[in-house]
Amino acid sequence: MSRSAEGLQKALSEIPALYEEFKTDVRVLGENESVNQSLERAGRVDDFFQLGMLMCVDALQREESCGAHFREEYQTPEGEALRRDDEFSYVSAWEWTGEEPVLHREPLEFEFVTPTTRSYK
Amino acid sequence: MNITLQVWRQPGPSSPGGFATYLVEDVSPDMSFLEMLDVLNERLVLQGEEPITFESDCREGICGACGVMINGLPHGPQLGTATCQLHMRKFSDGDTITVEPWRAAAFPVVKDLMVDRSAFDRIIEAGGYISVNTGSTPDANEIPVPKPVADTAFDAAACIGCGACVAACPNGAANLFTAAKVAHLNLLPQGQPERWDRVVAMVDTMEEFFGSCTNHGECEKACPKSISIDFIAMLNHDYVKAKFKNRRLVAQQG
Ligand code: SF4
Ligand code: FES
Repeated sequence: MSRSAEGLQKALSEIPALYEEFKTDVRVLGENESVNQSLERAGRVDDFFQLGMLMCVDALQREESCGAHFREEYQTPEGEALRRDDEFSYVSAWEWTGEEPVLHREPLEFEFVTPTTRSYK
Repeated sequence: MNITLQVWRQPGPSSPGGFATYLVEDVSPDMSFLEMLDVLNERLVLQGEEPITFESDCREGICGACGVMINGLPHGPQLGTATCQLHMRKFSDGDTITVEPWRAAAFPVVKDLMVDRSAFDRIIEAGGYISVNTGSTPDANEIPVPKPVADTAFDAAACIGCGACVAACPNGAANLFTAAKVAHLNLLPQGQPERWDRVVAMVDTMEEFFGSCTNHGECEKACPKSISIDFIAMLNHDYVKAKFKNRRLVAQQG
């Protein structure tokens, strides 16, 4: 699995239309007065839309390859993941605002063991 | 296959319910029973009718959420199988199938085929756990458990808490469930310190909610995990023994 700025931007340009379609066309039957599984599920799909968009935003912002996040633009000449610890050694905590998510950087500080690049060679 | 379903529809716990008839066409014999209900539900949504409420989670016979009465049998006609693992190939083209929720006073209907099984949780809360400190993970074979004991504990632990035993029982008793839950802990070394307290607490709680066992044996036949009623004999045996024990002293001796 790999990601690129181009692909992520494409996803971010297309998901909102799907989300809009979901919000206007979804058919939720049943009532408020009793258990409503349709409503439960629609709520979950709504969450997945928001989470899906946030994952794209986050993956686009993290301009390095790290763990399962492989950005095609950031690889070694041999095609291995290229981390950029000088710039991205932080956890991205995204704040939900209802509009654009806001990034809070929580720095990762290593006192005794510093990160190195894993090599299987 | 074309199947006619008679499904119990009930809007809420205190509303009256009744059977609704649906024709489900083009059912694949490879569908599970729940998939067939999914297909019907999708159609109902398109028609603007509220889909049938039923529970499911794992859909591989391990969570216990999905049980319904199918033609009057808990989890349907196939022995040792939960509703989610029952396939439409067990039925024939043109069949009429009746689907109902569990019928037991201790499991009130929430909606349609969904019932509230929290009375089972009350039994587990009473003693279905080990709260003594058992230390960290021991090395393999450091605590010897004879093979037949380990196998029996494992058989008991296969109970998925579905409630079919209660639904099958003419008394609405939960002895098979309680017996399985007690046995899988009472057989193992870690379960010994609380063994006697556990059996008394769980049986007494069970009796607050459920009917009494009169050894009909319907539960064993309905159980999707084929839990043996031998465990009920073990439960009764432990319960009687517990009444004669100085339980604090016994716990001391481990
Ligand atoms: S004993 Fe069998 S029927 Fe009863 S709850 Fe456990 S798995 Fe279900
Ligand atoms: S859905 Fe989990 S046991 Fe059937």
